[in-house]
Amino acid sequence: MAQQSKHDFIERSVGWMIVLTLLVVSVGGLVEIVPLFFQKSTTTPANEMVKPYDPLRLVGRDVYVREGCYNCHSQMIRPFRAETERYGHYSVAGEFVYDHPFQWGSKRTGPDLARVGGRYSDEWHRVHLINPRDVVPESNMPAFPWLERPVNASDIEDKMRSLNMVGLHKYSDEEIAGAKAALEGKTEMDAVIAYLQGMGLALQNVQ
Amino acid sequence: MADFVSGFWNAYVMVLVALSLAFCVFILVSNMGKGKGAQKGEKVELHGHVWDETLAEYNNPLPQWWKYLYWITVFFAIFYVAAYPGFGNVKGFLGWSSKGQYEGEMAKADATYAPIFKKYAEMDLAAVAADPEAQAMGRRLFLTYCAQCHGADARGAKGFPNLADNDWLYGGEPDVIKTTILGGRQGMMPPMGAALGSDGTEDVANYVRSLSGLANDSLRAGRGKELFEQNCAACHGADGKGMHAVGAPNLTDETWLYGSSKATIIETITKGRSNRMPAFEAFLGNDKTHLLAAYVYGLSNKAGAK
Repeated sequence: MAQQSKHDFIERSVGWMIVLTLLVVSVGGLVEIVPLFFQKSTTTPANEMVKPYDPLRLVGRDVYVREGCYNCHSQMIRPFRAETERYGHYSVAGEFVYDHPFQWGSKRTGPDLARVGGRYSDEWHRVHLINPRDVVPESNMPAFPWLERPVNASDIEDKMRSLNMVGLHKYSDEEIAGAKAALEGKTEMDAVIAYLQGMGLALQNVQ
Repeated sequence: MADFVSGFWNAYVMVLVALSLAFCVFILVSNMGKGKGAQKGEKVELHGHVWDETLAEYNNPLPQWWKYLYWITVFFAIFYVAAYPGFGNVKGFLGWSSKGQYEGEMAKADATYAPIFKKYAEMDLAAVAADPEAQAMGRRLFLTYCAQCHGADARGAKGFPNLADNDWLYGGEPDVIKTTILGGRQGMMPPMGAALGSDGTEDVANYVRSLSGLANDSLRAGRGKELFEQNCAACHGADGKGMHAVGAPNLTDETWLYGSSKATIIETITKGRSNRMPAFEAFLGNDKTHLLAAYVYGLSNKAGAK
């Protein structure tokens, strides 16, 4: 009919259409996400308190993920007074350099847990996880009584080795070799509580 | 604020942002002249491609309102990049940062609330406890920071002390309550099961129940008395009235932290008990703790009841 316009050409060449679409769509990510991998504040620990998870906490973290805690609990205190008054210092990127993947979440049916470490006693967590209503009568959190079973320690060494391949982890051979012994006789409850009690201690909190 | 590991990323962001803005403008400008629009009696120009044998597309000019909206977004983007951080390391002429906004919010709240906290912090705890406004503030603080363990009504739960009954593990004087909140407490009863044996444990449990007049086996209680004096009196006192210095509960009253049934007492003696109240000094600071201590004191020492 008429001369072939550029418009026409792009619409009719599937290959070009894909390439150009991808280019346009990726600009946002290239500008907003990629540079984050090259910032000091996002790639280095916030302070010397931020350390890789020890084996027990690592297992506890996996239980946390398995039970879907992130569906109701965020781990991200935003810089608003209403949040810092309740939870403590707002979260900073450097606190999460050892979290693969991070558990920031975006839904708070329950409270934020970013600084729950030290806020309650181990005993409180134990009672609360077995039946939340025993300590907080108005709670609608599900009970997790089955956590009182031994942790699965069989793959802890592989877990640590695979974490060594990402990010900043540098578990030494001795640490990996000692991991199974560290989990000896521990229950999933112990692991989750150890994980919770270690959370958010890097910045101002209850001691 | 961006703190890139190298200057490259700074330039990278700037170039990409500038290029995409320029591209947006280019797309608009290069299409503005297209399509004249049909004059009266004229046929509308076609775009030049046909699908399904006869389907073609009119080449009408871009609508004016759409063009203006497009220009507005372009100018907004330029303003935004100039005003706010986003263009590499450029801070933007407004000097805005989320941290700065947060600090501003905190400073404003401090100016409003700090004098109120200060006023009460300088008052005697018992006087604060008698002030209804301070008690209302203390209650809100309590519900935020303490209710998870001690309950919204401060009546506690198994293992978590009732704060409303004027029975105290570490003492109920206002200053002691404040010390407890600031520094926390570590309650620790050692397991005595191995030392007492199962028979001895049951004897002691019966004796403990006899202290507060609960049903017990008097023969066992008699035997338990001696064991109690040897093993338990160091903390709970020879008379079983407890000791505030170590947080050992009074066993002769009707208040039970873990329960008064024989089974529970045997469990307590056998396995021991350990629980901890966290220290809140670093988190809450002195002034809030002062109000909280006064609130807790006021729960069992109602104003004017002395």
